[in-house]
Amino acid sequence: MEPVPIIELANVHKRFGQQVVLDGVNLRLNRGETAVVIGESGMGKSVLLKHIVGLLSPDSGEIYYDGIRVDTLPRNQLMRLREHFGYLFQLSALFDSMTAGENVAFPIRQQKNSKNLDIDKIVSEKLRLVGLDGIQSKMPSEMSGGQKKRVALARAIALEPSVILYDEPTTGLDPVRADVINELILRLQKSINVTSIVVTHDMASAYKVADRILMLHGGKFIFDGTCEELKSCSIERVRRFIEGRASEEDMLSIEEA
Amino acid sequence: MLGLETIGRRTVETLDTFGQFWRFVGGTLWWIPQTALRRKDWGLLMPQFYIIGVRSVPVMIITGLFVGLVIAAQAVEQLRAAGLEDRMGILVNLSVVKELGPVLAGVMLAGRVGGALTAELGTMKVTDQLDALRVMGTDPIRHLVVPRVVACILLAPILTLYCDIMGAWGGQFVAITLEDIPAEPYLYYMADAVENWDLFAGLIKSVVFGAAIGIISCYKGFHCRAGAEGVGRACTSAFVTSFIVILVTDFYLLRMMQDMYDTIWGFKAII
Ligand SMILES: Nc1ncnc2c1ncn2[C@@H]1O[C@H](COP(=O)(O)OP(=O)(O)OP(=O)(O)O)[C@@H](O)[C@H]1O
Ligand SMILES: [Mg+2]
Repeated sequence: MEPVPIIELANVHKRFGQQVVLDGVNLRLNRGETAVVIGESGMGKSVLLKHIVGLLSPDSGEIYYDGIRVDTLPRNQLMRLREHFGYLFQLSALFDSMTAGENVAFPIRQQKNSKNLDIDKIVSEKLRLVGLDGIQSKMPSEMSGGQKKRVALARAIALEPSVILYDEPTTGLDPVRADVINELILRLQKSINVTSIVVTHDMASAYKVADRILMLHGGKFIFDGTCEELKSCSIERVRRFIEGRASEEDMLSIEEA
Repeated sequence: MLGLETIGRRTVETLDTFGQFWRFVGGTLWWIPQTALRRKDWGLLMPQFYIIGVRSVPVMIITGLFVGLVIAAQAVEQLRAAGLEDRMGILVNLSVVKELGPVLAGVMLAGRVGGALTAELGTMKVTDQLDALRVMGTDPIRHLVVPRVVACILLAPILTLYCDIMGAWGGQFVAITLEDIPAEPYLYYMADAVENWDLFAGLIKSVVFGAAIGIISCYKGFHCRAGAEGVGRACTSAFVTSFIVILVTDFYLLRMMQDMYDTIWGFKAII
């Protein structure tokens, strides 16, 4: 018998006004797997992640976490279910009115039994993982984009979630830092067996962390396979994406301008 | 030509927005008692008191003072010609306490709050901070909207009182200091005409205005469109909407309170 997938999307459709963003997305992800989602800008990768934690609800289709249906869950149960998730937002989404340390401490404090925890210690531990211990008292407005992203990552893993959704974790980081984040993703998977979905444009990062790579295009996954399978994939659109080659149509827009 | 389809779609959109707004109000009302009972949440109120309350005081003082000065300066000639200059305090104070104090304080608050709250929440919305709160198991209405709306409700009457007091003082300054109207009858007639009820009615109005301003500003911030432009538009829209709502509810509240007064005490001639 197949194990119950920790994340399952079945035929998910979503449109904003006239614009169809997700057009029948299917995904089954097992515990401990790391799936990388690639795809051109504006194809709905962030929208997809938001569906998984119930921030957006699909027009049709079903979404499950560990066998629990997410998209129709009552609000208070959804709130509790989200404690299992860590979410790194594309724009970091650090709270502007709080310091870095308070941001990382926030999800911990929101928990019921936070009184007997040494919050400062957890915060500095999480910040050390992203290489930023000591930055606790800085405000987000005083940090660089890359620093914000790493603080946001520390916040996302503060509660030791069982699923982590990374929306472009390495975008805006220098190559060395990016690799440290890749190592961190791998380590979290090995040490506490987290399941991850990583949205990225960074193919080096994708090959390094992925058990499985999916490419989202036109509202569907047009590729789903391992790194090796991706490298030998013959679909033209997929090849162009991984090689960073523009198509004739893409070039046309420059020539017209 | 405006197609039937367009009309239909606009109608649905309008109804949708309407429903969304009242759900937002419902959510806020639902969380207020629970926030009041949780000590941990009180900490969220203090910064709002400072931003909405303390920082608005200078504006209220200036508004109240000049309204008092202007009304008195306008009225003094005509009243003197009719030999009624010692009754001027009635005019100034009733205008300020019943109408101008609450309405102008409301408008000034809408300007400040429409700017500050809507921009703050709108920025949080477009940078995904509201979603981040939701993911971390916190309802943004509880965490962000309730403290701001409660602060507006509690502070609007206090700020109105500042406006009222400064208005009365402004009128008095013109009358007694600049125009040499005898102080004793001026103060006597004024105290005789302005009842507790008038002050109370004005403050009740300001509570309603405060609630409207807080809710509207937060709602506009929560539903603003993407980008800096979206935030800017939300701010303008929050102010304009609050302003109109203040003027319209003012009329209905006035009628309601007049009816109430007449039922309880009967009509009373002042002049
Ligand atoms: N709340 C929303 N309302 C309306 N349209 C939206 C909303 N969120 C996303 N969209 C639209 O959905 C499409 C997909 O957006 P999404 O942010 O998922 O793209 P993406 O694949 O993450 O792109 P990028 O790589 O640039 O981040 C975009 O065209 C966007 O305009
Ligand atoms: Mg995105």
